[in-house]
Amino acid sequence: MGMTITEKILAAHSGRQTVEPGDLIEARVDLVLGNDITAPIAIKEFRELGIKNVFDPEGVALIPDHFTPNKDIKSAEQVKILRDFAREFGIVHFYDVGRVGVEHALLPELGLTRPGMLIIGADSHTCTYGAMGAFATGVGSTDMAAAMATGKAWFKVPESIRFVYRGKLNPYVNGKDLILHTIGDIGVDGALYMAMEFTGEAIDGLSLEGRLTMANMAIEAGGKNGIFRPDEKTVEYVKTRSRRPYTVYESDTDARYADVREYDASRIEPLVAFPHLPENVKPAREAGVEIDQVVIGSCTNGRIEDLREAAAILKNRKAHRNIRLIIIPATQEIYRRAMDEGLLEIFIQAEAAVSAPTCGPCLGGHMGILAEGERCLATTNRNFVGRMGHPKSEVYLAGPAVAAASAVLGRIAHPDELR
Amino acid sequence: MKAKGKAWRFGDDVNTDEIIPARHLNTFDPDELAMHCMEDADPEFMKKIAPGDIIVAGKNFGCGSSREHAPIAIKAARISCVIADSYARIFYRNSINIGLPIVESAEAAKGIAEGDVIEVDFDTGKIVNHTQKREYAARPFPPFMQDLIAKGGLMNKVKSELAGGNH
Repeated sequence: MGMTITEKILAAHSGRQTVEPGDLIEARVDLVLGNDITAPIAIKEFRELGIKNVFDPEGVALIPDHFTPNKDIKSAEQVKILRDFAREFGIVHFYDVGRVGVEHALLPELGLTRPGMLIIGADSHTCTYGAMGAFATGVGSTDMAAAMATGKAWFKVPESIRFVYRGKLNPYVNGKDLILHTIGDIGVDGALYMAMEFTGEAIDGLSLEGRLTMANMAIEAGGKNGIFRPDEKTVEYVKTRSRRPYTVYESDTDARYADVREYDASRIEPLVAFPHLPENVKPAREAGVEIDQVVIGSCTNGRIEDLREAAAILKNRKAHRNIRLIIIPATQEIYRRAMDEGLLEIFIQAEAAVSAPTCGPCLGGHMGILAEGERCLATTNRNFVGRMGHPKSEVYLAGPAVAAASAVLGRIAHPDELR
Repeated sequence: MKAKGKAWRFGDDVNTDEIIPARHLNTFDPDELAMHCMEDADPEFMKKIAPGDIIVAGKNFGCGSSREHAPIAIKAARISCVIADSYARIFYRNSINIGLPIVESAEAAKGIAEGDVIEVDFDTGKIVNHTQKREYAARPFPPFMQDLIAKGGLMNKVKSELAGGNH
């Protein structure tokens, strides 16, 4: 019996020839990460162990991105816990204001997430790195603390669902629409505890950035991880960013799947997830909802390709007078590229506020909190009750093209309306 | 070990933003977090509950963010147990790791009404509804997790492994 890519990575990290779904294994981790919300608890627990070293000073990443730049005294204290710990324990990958970016955009950019790695992070969107052909999953602070000490974590080997996207993508359709379509199909617990393996012609044609967007939202279907077969695009990306070794795994043709779901990508159009769950998906064309704010950014859609897509629509246009448009490049490198390519000029002409990298508004932290009754269309990943502010505010999720068009029109719209 | 208290009902897909909204995540002090437990699902929750009470919910409880602050807030609110049809995996893992008692039971999740007096026996997996005079069975934990619970959570397990040179 063959193995899936997920099973192969887990087997390789637990010193086994094979693993099967349901096996409980202790596996070696290559990278452990945490942020300014989750790492303080992990650091407190780690310190209580009284040991002198982390398992590998290069294997721990501390990324204070959620409330950066510090929004208040308490958040500043939390980041200080990370900063002090990083200095004391020689943590190589700690990034502070001016260098920090949204963690799941920053770490791939730094070449820290490579094919075949096993990565855990005290952040649910750690599953993003599956786009690189790595096994990556979110855990809590205690698992992070234990892994910082031992370099290991326990896992139940997940069953895999194979998602096949046939055909070519329509204009304005990207990774966000594919993953929203998928979550709309299987529901927010449709892949609970399972690996989501994304394949097919439309995936081969998708950029690495589009794949990062898709893997990022595997957790929104309850998935343990989302994963893609590394191809020439992956290898090229990794080689330009890291000299460290990596291993390309792919699923065997006779690998076992709990389910296989096939989609005709050519029939998928730009989509929007309505409040208050990512599974409430409708075509953007049919939405017709008036909105107050648009946010373009986050670990889901804050990369350069996303900003280019938004800029193509915003060029020579202005945000609707009722709209507050907030655009947040996810990292300093993306910010600089947006500047070099003239995208920032387009955004500011469009009367957008362009912010330094931060998770900020996505989780209702800062930089764009909603008042009671307000509605925001965001390129982020969650539209739960109160996610971006007041419990009686609403969040709608879409890709950057729909977000930009909606900012111009003042209501959720298909970008076609502006042609 | 047993838990006994009044049931407070919630629906399906209760997410960690409802359990502890991110606006309160600039602290990790358990008592401070407890003050806002379940705030965006029921703003009056903390005013209504008594120590030992039990949360009963539908499927996929604790979905969303990996914040351990969610089970920490529930535990510090002195909720004695969570009963749900199913749990999101990170919440499940975090609860076991920090020692928040959680049990899975589709029939209990369906049958228990708000205000029912519920008793949970963690050793036998028996859930007794004293109000409705009914019993339900909880899904047993796999042996690996029973061991983790018995050792007092993940960090205690790591501590004993480090002390034993098992590292």
